[in-house]
Amino acid sequence: PPAHSHNDWIGPPDKHSNLRPVIFYVSPEESPLERRLREARQEAQACDQRFWARHNRAFRQEKEEFIYSRLKAKGLKMRDETGQKATLNAEEMADFYKDFLSKNFRKHMQYNRDWYKRNFTITYLMGQVALARALRWLRWKKKNVGN
Amino acid sequence: GLFFWHLKNTGIPCHFVHLCRVANDRLITFQYFNFLKRMYVTQCNKDLSQRAKPKSDSVASPFRDLQQLDQEKKVIHKIRPISPVHQPLSETSIRNEVREMKSAAETEDSVTPVRAESKEDRQWKEMKLQLKDLPGILARLSKIKLTALVVSTASAGFAMAPVPFDLTCFLIASLGTGLASCAANSINQFFEVPFDSNMNRTKNRPLVRGQISPLLAVCFAASCGVPGIALLTLGVNPLTGALGAFNIFLYTCCYTPLKRMSIANTWVGAVVGAIPPVMGWTAATGSLDAGALLLGGILYSWQFPHFNALSWGLREDYSRGGYCMMSVTHPGLCRRVALRHCLALLGLSAVAPLLDITTWTFPIISLPINLYISYLGFRFYRDADRSSSRKLFFCSLWHLPLLLLVMFTCKKSFLEKEDKGDLLGESHGRAMEIRLP
Repeated sequence: PPAHSHNDWIGPPDKHSNLRPVIFYVSPEESPLERRLREARQEAQACDQRFWARHNRAFRQEKEEFIYSRLKAKGLKMRDETGQKATLNAEEMADFYKDFLSKNFRKHMQYNRDWYKRNFTITYLMGQVALARALRWLRWKKKNVGN
Repeated sequence: GLFFWHLKNTGIPCHFVHLCRVANDRLITFQYFNFLKRMYVTQCNKDLSQRAKPKSDSVASPFRDLQQLDQEKKVIHKIRPISPVHQPLSETSIRNEVREMKSAAETEDSVTPVRAESKEDRQWKEMKLQLKDLPGILARLSKIKLTALVVSTASAGFAMAPVPFDLTCFLIASLGTGLASCAANSINQFFEVPFDSNMNRTKNRPLVRGQISPLLAVCFAASCGVPGIALLTLGVNPLTGALGAFNIFLYTCCYTPLKRMSIANTWVGAVVGAIPPVMGWTAATGSLDAGALLLGGILYSWQFPHFNALSWGLREDYSRGGYCMMSVTHPGLCRRVALRHCLALLGLSAVAPLLDITTWTFPIISLPINLYISYLGFRFYRDADRSSSRKLFFCSLWHLPLLLLVMFTCKKSFLEKEDKGDLLGESHGRAMEIRLP
C-alpha cells in the first residue's frame, strides 16, 4: 500500500487459507483504544490464517491420500494413459467428505467459539472507537465554531 | 483463457476493444457476456426463480451481476464487429465455458465473478468505503434478491387470506418483511465471514472482500431490523411483528450457528422459510388460522427438495468448511427427506380445499406439477447422483412460484364463502359488513 494512505488495505485471498490479508494503518496519533482494536484485529487475522491454512492443507492432503488409496484398491494408477490425473466421482468422494467432516468436528466447534468471541469483541471495539472519534470530532467542531 | 479486446481510440481500425472502466472497473471479456446472458436466463427466467430457503444463504444473490449486465449491454455493441479470425477461438472457449458451467451449476454465480474479477481480485484494495458503491454493497449484504423472494412469499400469504384486499396494509407488511429479511441476512453474513471466504459460492460477499466493516454491517442490520419490526408491529399488527422478530432470531441465532453443529439446521431453516407466508396471512387477517399454517406448511415442505438437491453438489465445500449438512453426513436421509416432502406437497395441496382456502380445482390443477417434482424427488432418491439432484433443484425453482400462482387463481372467492357459511345472515351485504375488520 502507498505510504501516504491513511486506510487499511486488503489483499487478494491467501492461497492456503482463502482469507484476505489486511495491512493495518497505524496512525501516529493512535489512541490506546484504537491500538487495542488494531491489535485485536491483527491477532484475529493471525489466528484465522493459521487455522484455515492448516485445515485446508490437511484437507487437500487427506483428499489426495484417499484418492490414492481408493485408486490403488481399484487397481488404477494416479495418472492414466493420457497423463490426466485420475479422479474419483462425487459418490466415491462422498465417503471421504463425511469422514473428514466428522473427524474435524471438535476442531470446528472450538474454532467457532473462538471466532464468535473474537468477532463480537472486535465489532464492539470498533463501535467504541467510532463513538470516541465522533465525540472528538464534535468537540473539535464546537471549539472551531466557538473561535 | 480470457480474451481481451482493445480498441484504440485513435480511429485506426483495430480488432480489439479496450473495456476498462466499465461501471465497476472490470476488464470484461466477450465470453463473459455470453456467460452472463446464459446465466441471467437460467437464473432469472421466473422472477421467483432463485427461491432458496428464504433468509438462508443457500442461494447467493448475484445482484451485482445483474447490474453489470445492464451497464455492459451498451458496450456489447462495440464487441460485435470482431474479426472472424477470433470467432472460432472464442467459440470453442465459450463451449468449454458452457461445459464447465454445466458441471458447476450450483456455483454458477461464483464462476462468473471469478472469471471477470480474477484480475481485479489479485490487487490490493484500500479499505475505504466509497459512497457510490454503498448501495450495491448493501444490496449484496442484505441478499436483496433473496429478500425480494421472501417478500413475495409473504405477499402470497397476504393474497391468499380470505379478507378484502387492503393495499396500505399489504404495502406496509411487505416493506416490514423486506426490512426484517435484510437485517437477518446481514447478520448472517456478519457471523460467517471466514466460512464464506472458504466456500466458492460465497467468497465474493462484501464482508469477505472487506468492502464494508463489520461494524457498519451490524449498524445496517439494526437500522433495517428495528424499523422493519416496528413497522410490522405498529403498522400492521403485533402478531406479525412478533413473527418477524422471531424469524430474525431463528435465522441468525439458531439456524446460522446450528449449521456448523448439527444437521438439524435444515429443519430450522425450513421453518424460517415457512414463516413469511404465515406473516403475510396474519398481516391480512390478524390471526393464525389453519390457512396460514397450511401455507406455511407448503413452504416448509418445499424447502427440503430445494435445499437437499442443492446441497448435494456442494458436499466438498461443506465438508471442508465444517458445515453439518445431511448431504455430507447422512446422504440416505437427505434423499429420503427430499422425497418425503415432495409427497407431502401433494398431500398439502389436497388439504387446501378442505380448509376453504381454495376450490377443488386447486389439487387437480396442481397435481401434474406436484407429481412431476415428486417424480424427480424419487429419481434423486434412487439415483443419488449429480444430474438428478440438479434436475430436482431446478424444478423446485419454478415449481413453487407456479404452485402459488395456481393457488391464488383457485382461491375460494370471498363471496362464495359468504354464501356457504351463511350463519351470519341472508344478504351478502350484511355478511360482508360483519366480516370487514
